[in-house]
Amino acid sequence: MVQAAGIPVHDTSLASVGGGLGSFTLLDVLRIRGVARSSIRVLSSSDTPWQTWEYLTGVSQLPPQERIRSDAGARPDNIWGFPSYAMHEAWADKSPKLAYQVLVEPVFTDFFSPRAATVFATLEREARRIGYWDMLLKGQVRMVRRRVGGGYFTILTPPPGVTKSKRVAIRSQYVHLAAGYPGLKFLDDLQAFRETYNDYHHVVNAYEPHEHVYEILKSRQGVVMVRGAGIVASRILQRLMDDRERHRLHTQIVHVFRTYVTGPHGPSVWMRRDGGDGWAYQAFTFPKSAFGGQLKAQFRNADPAGRAELSKIVGGTTTPKLRRWQEQMRAGRQGNWYHPIQAVVDKVEPAGDGRGLISHVSGQDGRRGQYVSDFIIDCTGLEADMSEHRVLADLLQYGGARRNHAGRLAVGRNFEVIGAESGAGMLYASGAATGGNHFPAVDSFLGMQTAALDIADDLARRGFCTSLGPLRSVRQWLKWAAGRPV
Amino acid sequence: MIPTLGGRLQTRIFLLATVGVILTGLIVPVLPGTSGSLSQTYKTAYLILLAVAVVGLGWELIYHLLMQFRWDKDWPTLLGLVTILPEGLLIWLLLDAGLIPGVDGHVDASTFVTMFVVVWLGQWLFANGPMRVLFIQWRLRGGRIL
Repeated sequence: MVQAAGIPVHDTSLASVGGGLGSFTLLDVLRIRGVARSSIRVLSSSDTPWQTWEYLTGVSQLPPQERIRSDAGARPDNIWGFPSYAMHEAWADKSPKLAYQVLVEPVFTDFFSPRAATVFATLEREARRIGYWDMLLKGQVRMVRRRVGGGYFTILTPPPGVTKSKRVAIRSQYVHLAAGYPGLKFLDDLQAFRETYNDYHHVVNAYEPHEHVYEILKSRQGVVMVRGAGIVASRILQRLMDDRERHRLHTQIVHVFRTYVTGPHGPSVWMRRDGGDGWAYQAFTFPKSAFGGQLKAQFRNADPAGRAELSKIVGGTTTPKLRRWQEQMRAGRQGNWYHPIQAVVDKVEPAGDGRGLISHVSGQDGRRGQYVSDFIIDCTGLEADMSEHRVLADLLQYGGARRNHAGRLAVGRNFEVIGAESGAGMLYASGAATGGNHFPAVDSFLGMQTAALDIADDLARRGFCTSLGPLRSVRQWLKWAAGRPV
Repeated sequence: MIPTLGGRLQTRIFLLATVGVILTGLIVPVLPGTSGSLSQTYKTAYLILLAVAVVGLGWELIYHLLMQFRWDKDWPTLLGLVTILPEGLLIWLLLDAGLIPGVDGHVDASTFVTMFVVVWLGQWLFANGPMRVLFIQWRLRGGRIL
């Protein structure tokens, strides 16, 4: 049917859809486990696996030289996590201080985190080593469909002029889906404002380019309202506060917390998270043990209701308690230019004089108020529903996939998409779309590596790749260390 | 590290049975303060190592309990190092009181400290690096080897 429709068919064994860090980590693991380049294709509109991540970190005020929120041992370019990014940077910078930091973290210092630039550079090295670009097929993936004879067709629209036909079909026994976020979602009141007043200048999302806000604040004094209580809100605040200090500005910051955390919180002394001044503090996106320890085991062993219960306790918006941020916010409170408030915003509208915005808010105590600001930066990082993503929506409608209790893709312990099997073929998924299953930290470097290793174990059982026992692992690590091709 | 209880116990036994046994074998001939034959010193050294393993399982239970007070349920690298103090002290007290089965006679403090520090540092360094290379899933499964 596909050929009859005039769509040329290309064969491969495994097609990875996405081409971001999720695809990259699976390809890395498979190449290390002996799979030939010719057996894998990665289908993506991105030139590099870090393109989307670089864009998102950049606009959310994490330029390459800034440190990201990630553990030293979470190296997407190195599945062993050894040597850690801390030792890598200590060696590169000839800085014993970084080695000391990772030795005494988090007791005497903040957790070590790598610079974004370190991640880009090491990813590029590893991508070259595994021959990433030989496996890349550029284009926009339209859909993944099960074949009658087993396996899948993935329909791709290549860039104009590359192929004779408008679409090509990739026929493969296995498909891996690492599509990333379906998209960003605005807070309802901000979306209503933007649509009603067609104003995309004063109300911005932290994940979209908004450099004009900082530039305008350099030329005239202004008030910025920041909404959100996660890592991105912290980064935006740091940028505003750094600019204030560096350029001697008089920017006023109103920071709206929907949930204002006043101190340590949790159901018992065994499960108590640090918090205060509005924030819930946590070094990483989940408690560290969710990435490979006790909490990971608890999630794995719990039933769906138990997982939902655990998620309620350990989930939610958090930010790391970094000494520098603490100092900046303390200075802001003392100097009366940083104003954290608890409130829910009911409505935003333009100020009467044509300049600025009025936010109508109500607090938990029922009190209502109004705040005037020049700009609003939405840092809530709400994610759109899966149905907003073309491939995921198609998979839910026609591919047999279903949602879990969290509304994401239901996957099994090997990250196989439940209901989407096709004969001897299998569809796997990793990354943000697989949240709410047996493993909580899917949207992280270590989470993607966890998924990649578990998928590869399943593929090894199916005869697609070799296992990765101690001998092969050591041999491959030595190759990695020497920079030799796999 | 982000160990589970099972992972802690498995890792403790594995490291002492491999890194501990090898390092003890290498260090014994050059240990200071020894008297008696080399074979006698080897016997004493390995009995001490066995005691460290057995008592260590008890320590792991305590560490696991203490870890429950940490939100991250992690065991910072530094703690893996400084626990040499209570563990070393307890083994020394047991040794001094003649409570380690099979060890007869006096063991010099310099002998004990040298051996204990070398083995401890060796297994700590191994756990923080090469172990991850040997067993790819070890760090992602709470320190479980099996």
